Amino acid sequence: MAKITEGKPRVAVHKFSSCDGCQLAFLNAGPALVELAGLIDIVHFAEAGWVDEEAAADIAFVEGSITTPGEAERIKAVREHSDYLVALGSCATAGGLQALRNMADGDAWMAGVYARPDYIRTLPTSTAISEHVRVDLELWGCPVNTRQVMQVVRSLLSGAAPAVERDKVCLECKRKGTVCTLVTQGTPCMGPVTQTGCGALCPSFGRDCFACYGPAENPNTASLARRFEGLGLVPEAIARRFLFINNHAAPFLDEGEQWLERSK
Amino acid sequence: MTGQNDQEHRTFAVRVPVLARVEGEGALNIRVNEGRIEHLELHIFEPPRLFEKFLEGRSYTDVPDTVARICGICPVAYQMSAVHAIEGIFSMQPGPWVREMRRLFYCGEWLESHALHVHLLAAPDFLGFPNAIAMASKYPDEVRRGLDLQDLGNSLVRLLGARSVHPVGARVGGFFHAPSRSEVEKLLARCRAALPGAAELVHWTAAIPMPDDPQHFTAVALRHPGEYPMNEGRLVSSDGLDIDIGEWQAHFAESQVPHSTAFHAHLHGKPYLVGPLARVNLNYDRLPESVRANAEAAGLRFPSANMFHSAAARAVEIHYALLEAIRILEEYREPATPFVEATPKAGVGFGCTEAPRGVLWHRWEVDDAGRVVAATIVPPTSQNQARIEEDLRRSLEAFGFEHEDDAIRLRSEMVVRNYDPCISCSTHFLKVQVDQICRDQ
Repeated sequence: MAKITEGKPRVAVHKFSSCDGCQLAFLNAGPALVELAGLIDIVHFAEAGWVDEEAAADIAFVEGSITTPGEAERIKAVREHSDYLVALGSCATAGGLQALRNMADGDAWMAGVYARPDYIRTLPTSTAISEHVRVDLELWGCPVNTRQVMQVVRSLLSGAAPAVERDKVCLECKRKGTVCTLVTQGTPCMGPVTQTGCGALCPSFGRDCFACYGPAENPNTASLARRFEGLGLVPEAIARRFLFINNHAAPFLDEGEQWLERSK
Repeated sequence: MTGQNDQEHRTFAVRVPVLARVEGEGALNIRVNEGRIEHLELHIFEPPRLFEKFLEGRSYTDVPDTVARICGICPVAYQMSAVHAIEGIFSMQPGPWVREMRRLFYCGEWLESHALHVHLLAAPDFLGFPNAIAMASKYPDEVRRGLDLQDLGNSLVRLLGARSVHPVGARVGGFFHAPSRSEVEKLLARCRAALPGAAELVHWTAAIPMPDDPQHFTAVALRHPGEYPMNEGRLVSSDGLDIDIGEWQAHFAESQVPHSTAFHAHLHGKPYLVGPLARVNLNYDRLPESVRANAEAAGLRFPSANMFHSAAARAVEIHYALLEAIRILEEYREPATPFVEATPKAGVGFGCTEAPRGVLWHRWEVDDAGRVVAATIVPPTSQNQARIEEDLRRSLEAFGFEHEDDAIRLRSEMVVRNYDPCISCSTHFLKVQVDQICRDQ
């Protein structure tokens, strides 16, 4: 837990390789943003106008994954300057969608996009913050939302350990009374193996969950994959269900790679 | 830097290692020798995420959820350019309900993105604050109005997308879900209540003191025969270009520069502008009478050659987007189905829509099962990058180098922020650092 010794807690928001969407959990908070700013001392949040990367922080929110040698160094410095580090969103917790490069020949991909790949310094992989430094709390989701982030901030400001939802999306659908898309429409819904926090939005819109909040605790991926096979999905399509937004999260990566192997 | 007798002719460097209040990561390096800019580079070091590559082989059904992740601020734009391109390949006609709802979806994104930029990113520069929170102590009502408009935009995106960042409602063929009448009514009431504030915002933005610094630039935007452009139209320029979106590659070229992970784009070999000012300049006559009258009453005249009018152009588009959202919500009818089914076939298609930051051009090639063979995505910020460098050169020389270092650095940042660069988009990467101006000898 963040130890806040005196005064307002110092908060930093750092960005690594990402779409900027998880920082919007703050910038989209509306009037709550102004209220929050009164409760804390923002020391670094470049997109909002505070630039001091080296500043010591009681709580550091880190968005994005590590994809360059420079980022691999910078995250170590952020860790040193931060008392409590929160990895924010799928890029920070699992390497993000861009971790799909980890399974490919990254150099060949760079050459496919850039005429002069030698101009660009990048790592062959996109990896989670926890693969580089100790992380105190992971908040999953692509993107995380304001409610999740504000709950964490509120808990930390009160000196309490943040409670993070780890239920499966299925439970959220039951609580909301949402009709199951897998059972009624035969869609390859990832809800049974995905953690909630999103509010089970996709099933409430009549579509299958695509696991943007990452693996739930103890997900039975093998059983779900067999169910998808029963629905008529070919192995490659099953693999792609797991190898999507959170492709580098271990349970999804393992299951996805097995089905990819079978598709060959 | 002090102690120099001839301040106009000094030699020095401006380095902004992290550009604040832009989306993504970029930096700016400028070297001035004898009062002339010797070297100027807008560095974009947002790491490449290689979206075009990992889309290859995936089904068209994965495309809207994938391309949304290029940008957290304008995911709707990426989804819209992509679905239009793919529907073109499949010869699909999603019909008038889908067309109107896509326009409403876009109104929400323009509102949220423009309100975010005007209030949280741009206005603090002009009013002399380091950030919007500091600005809120002196301008509480204005900041509140801005945050409310941003929130309303997000709510419109949520109506069709369930959430405002990486919305999940869009699909090839239309939407997964049609809003209920009662949701529409609630939002309509909020939009109507916000309309006077949006009209006032145009006056407030127009009254902010701006540098008077006209310059020549080529503006590029979509143009539609009957409406202000969002999802459809031909590509036109202030120099007389008028082409189908499929002819893009014959006129525009992307090239790589050593100091950026985003490509630079040129039109006929020259830099050009996309975005709100380019749109308003080229489509002013497509705005409704009430929007034009309000802008003119605020003292605004378009077309404008002053890049600092970009903020006002955003405010005008906020006013318009809200009015357009009201029109669409008033005419709302629940559809029999919110989408048409796709029948994949092989081919090449183009999508070009007006993202909040300007023209977003896509080319998609799919196989007969609807799997992606190749994707090319040209985001607005990479198109503006060459223009930003051109603008910085002349704006800073016009501003003069006799000023204090901090003033030069601030002016550089203000010039860059007119373009609302989105570095995450452009490399599918920009961070501008302004933290030191050091003597370069």
